[in-house]
Amino acid sequence: MASGTSEIQGKVILSASEVRRALIRIAHEMLERNGGPQGLALVGIKKRGVQIAHRLAGALEAIEGQPIDVGGLDPRLYRDDLEVAGTKPVQPTEINFDVENRPVVLVDDVLYTGRTIRAAMDALIDFGRPASIQLAVLVDRGHRELPIRADFVGKNVPTAGNEAIRVLLQELDGEDSVLLVRTPEEESV
Amino acid sequence: MARTRNAVATREAPPARRSRKGPVTKTPEGISPSTQPELWTGPDRHLLDLDHVSTQEITEILRSTDGMKEVLSRRVRKTPALRGKTIVTLFFEASTRTRVSFEQAGKVLGADVINVTASASSVTKGESLLNTVRTLESMHVDVLVIRHPHSGAPYFVASHIDAPVVNAGDGTHAHPTQALLDLYTIESHLGGVAGKKIAIIGDLLYSRVARSNLWGLTKMGANVVVYGPPTLMPPELDNAEGLDGVVRAASMEEAVDEADVVMMLRIQRERQAAGHLPSMREYSRVYGLNARRLKLAKPGALVMHPGPMNEGIEISPDVAHGAQAVIEEQVANGVAVRMAVLYMLAARGASGR
Repeated sequence: MASGTSEIQGKVILSASEVRRALIRIAHEMLERNGGPQGLALVGIKKRGVQIAHRLAGALEAIEGQPIDVGGLDPRLYRDDLEVAGTKPVQPTEINFDVENRPVVLVDDVLYTGRTIRAAMDALIDFGRPASIQLAVLVDRGHRELPIRADFVGKNVPTAGNEAIRVLLQELDGEDSVLLVRTPEEESV
Repeated sequence: MARTRNAVATREAPPARRSRKGPVTKTPEGISPSTQPELWTGPDRHLLDLDHVSTQEITEILRSTDGMKEVLSRRVRKTPALRGKTIVTLFFEASTRTRVSFEQAGKVLGADVINVTASASSVTKGESLLNTVRTLESMHVDVLVIRHPHSGAPYFVASHIDAPVVNAGDGTHAHPTQALLDLYTIESHLGGVAGKKIAIIGDLLYSRVARSNLWGLTKMGANVVVYGPPTLMPPELDNAEGLDGVVRAASMEEAVDEADVVMMLRIQRERQAAGHLPSMREYSRVYGLNARRLKLAKPGALVMHPGPMNEGIEISPDVAHGAQAVIEEQVANGVAVRMAVLYMLAARGASGR
């Protein structure tokens, strides 16, 4: 139903409407957990996490009727694998609001080893001291290498090492869907 | 080093690849990439000039510079990207902005930066360049930044060291990070350099800035017009292979006319003993940029200068500090560009070990 125009072959895990429903559910969970939208800020991890953060903010605004701060963050300079991280350009981080003493939700498309989230937390803390840092992901595929867990998950997908998750988003890929694909290599984050 | 002034003309493949060991004491004139393509395979671990850097790679460095500029605008200007890495700047020539720029770039990325200047090192005791470099390498240098008065010296060093080497200016040959920061500065104002008229005016013969800029600007599609005293124009310019789009102007007016960017070069008074010019006064009158001449360029055209400026000689003070000058911005962008370069090369160095 969703992967009609996709060039990537794989098993559809989430269709467009399932992605939409998952994000609306996560928005409600965020409000429940934080007792409302007061002070809440979302920071997406580049690049697909930024689009997802904007959609979550849209859902929160639709429910609560008040604007939510959204930022985008490139954790590349904080990663622990320079020889891989340094092969792609560093993108500007856009956090144009104060994170000090506010609950900040990091948003990413796929949670895998947890190393990107570790780097993102370090990057975020360079901008101030949030009251709390929470994590929302569209897909948790397991295989954690650090003691990190997500607070809000669209879907848990047990995967094998030779599989990867491809998240397609309307804004970047022309359609919404999440695919499970086979790959000889590790998924690049 | 024998090569001094024909770097523009011969698109040589410098003997700087890791695969080639052994002393390289002669210049590689006559060696073109087409005769030795195996020496050039993909992204290099060194940045010695822009002639061998692909347009895609230049674009990636410029995009990464956007990210680095954002880091420089933060309250906490420090990241752990190169924590535990050592960058050595080895300067055999006087420099303020370039050395400080590299040092700041390395420190913002979290590296340890060690500055070595020739006048305060064992070079004054007669140590050779090769032995100096070997000494530094045995101390585990992760990136070596070198400036040297002899053209080609960084190529020689790069062929003898495993660490990535950045050329911070060699004689009259190349200054690639200056060309990258000039590209970045133009791009940030004009949206790109493709199709823009860039006038480069002054002493092209002795200018490493101009040489690297010719490569960078033409690769990215700019229309480059050059003008200067006939005695200070490299004769090889006319038949330089790969420098398509470089035109010699017949007059200052023709060079500046409708230009999007006017890039003035420094008259290197320390190199003028050879008698290329009758007098500084005449130079200023014929080849200097003043407000009247700048009016011939497009409205809002950018005025650039690699510094340090000889105000009143190649550029009048009112133009140098006027609304169209982006000279201080060039310096600021230099730090971000060098961060992008150091980060990219340190990653390549790390992956090779």
